[in-house]
Amino acid sequence: MYPSRFAYEAPTSIDEAIALLDAGGGEAKVLSGGQSLIPMLKLRFASPATIVDINNIPDLDYHRVDAEGNLHIGALCRHVDLEQSTTLGETHPTLAAAAELVADPIVRSRGTFVGSVCHADPQGDWAATMVAQGGYIVAQGPNGRREIDIREFVLGPFVTALAYNEMAVEAVIPGAKGTPRGSYLKLERRVGDFATASVAVSLDMDGDVVRRAGCALAGVGGRTIDANDAISCLEGKTLTEDSIDQASDAVAAVAEPRTDHRGSDAYKRHIVQTFVKRILTNLARTEQKAA
Amino acid sequence: MTSLYDEVQTPTEGVPTRRITVVVNGEKRTVDVEPRLLLAHLLRQGLQLTGTHVGCDTTSCGACTVLYDGRPVKSCTMLAVQADGHEVETVEGMASASELHPVQEGFKQEHGLQCGYCTPGMMLTSKALLERNPNPTEDEVRWALSGNLCRCTGYQNIVKSVLWAAEKMRAQQGDDA
Repeated sequence: MYPSRFAYEAPTSIDEAIALLDAGGGEAKVLSGGQSLIPMLKLRFASPATIVDINNIPDLDYHRVDAEGNLHIGALCRHVDLEQSTTLGETHPTLAAAAELVADPIVRSRGTFVGSVCHADPQGDWAATMVAQGGYIVAQGPNGRREIDIREFVLGPFVTALAYNEMAVEAVIPGAKGTPRGSYLKLERRVGDFATASVAVSLDMDGDVVRRAGCALAGVGGRTIDANDAISCLEGKTLTEDSIDQASDAVAAVAEPRTDHRGSDAYKRHIVQTFVKRILTNLARTEQKAA
Repeated sequence: MTSLYDEVQTPTEGVPTRRITVVVNGEKRTVDVEPRLLLAHLLRQGLQLTGTHVGCDTTSCGACTVLYDGRPVKSCTMLAVQADGHEVETVEGMASASELHPVQEGFKQEHGLQCGYCTPGMMLTSKALLERNPNPTEDEVRWALSGNLCRCTGYQNIVKSVLWAAEKMRAQQGDDA
């Protein structure tokens, strides 16, 4: 299989890329890692007139933590860069746990974090971690930059708030004010398959008290499920068997699973509940060990 | 008879092409390609390097894995134009004139292949792993190879082959030191 014909552009600056998108008038598409876009081109689900390949733009492959503890991920930071990061686990444990579960190792050496979020697949791992942590996408267009909250960025399956002449140049994910705790669990029938269900949990701890709790789900609805309200029942509490049970029930209640070949809706909801409980129970054990 | 692949490789009149230079197995190759040509097809049809196999063609199986600037990538999921100015290594580049690469030798010694279809991809992913981590555990080998599917072996002997190669490469390093 090969894509339908397109004009290929390989800009070497963000401004040049935006000018090309602008000139494309909605028929141009950004290519970063290409691990979702190229399969879609081959299947002809997408047939843009112009491909704007941003891989030759220098200095976009970074991930770094600023003085306030916010993590900045550049548009060309690959999954493998995050997977092999030695510091990510300390500042953003939810992302570190997800990094090694995205797709498969070969896709991870090419695909990008920002590209994955922009692809806006309801099954996407990174979008779920971002919704759980909060954060925003920095979009640059002909009139400059704007910040788009992640919860307003993904509008639906494969649809984002980016205008046709805007490029997502960076993702910013806040750090914890206290101690960051969190994890990501995904059930997949085989490596690289779409998730049957996955759960991102992110906690900001003040001693053994939960200051902020965040949660999001993938694979159990037509979009990334924002379960932040559901898990907020943990805030101000310690992680006990009771509070963990309450939180896992509350999160499972907001899942919107559908029965398909990967399992029944009841099964998927049960997985969500089990995963929330497993993550929180493990974190409670870590807290006890630390105490 | 021209195949569909040949049509893409041999550009139709009037269809724009780009001139790219790719270092393939250490050798500079300059070719004109249509932007939509996939790297796998450039290697197989354009450069006649048929050791790179196309399996699923849907980014799932890893049979078409090549090393792109040293990192394993699925060549069915990259455009050939993206390789312009970069280095690509295929299975043909692994052995020297007289000697197999230790990973190749490992697959031979430990019977790491049956039908051989997945083998080039398996070996290139393994080579990249061992360059990054010369002393992997069995789990680390299995993890690194989890994007390469094999329908014959059940993976046991593939994992053994990679561990065999790791030992051999460490011994060679020791000899050099």
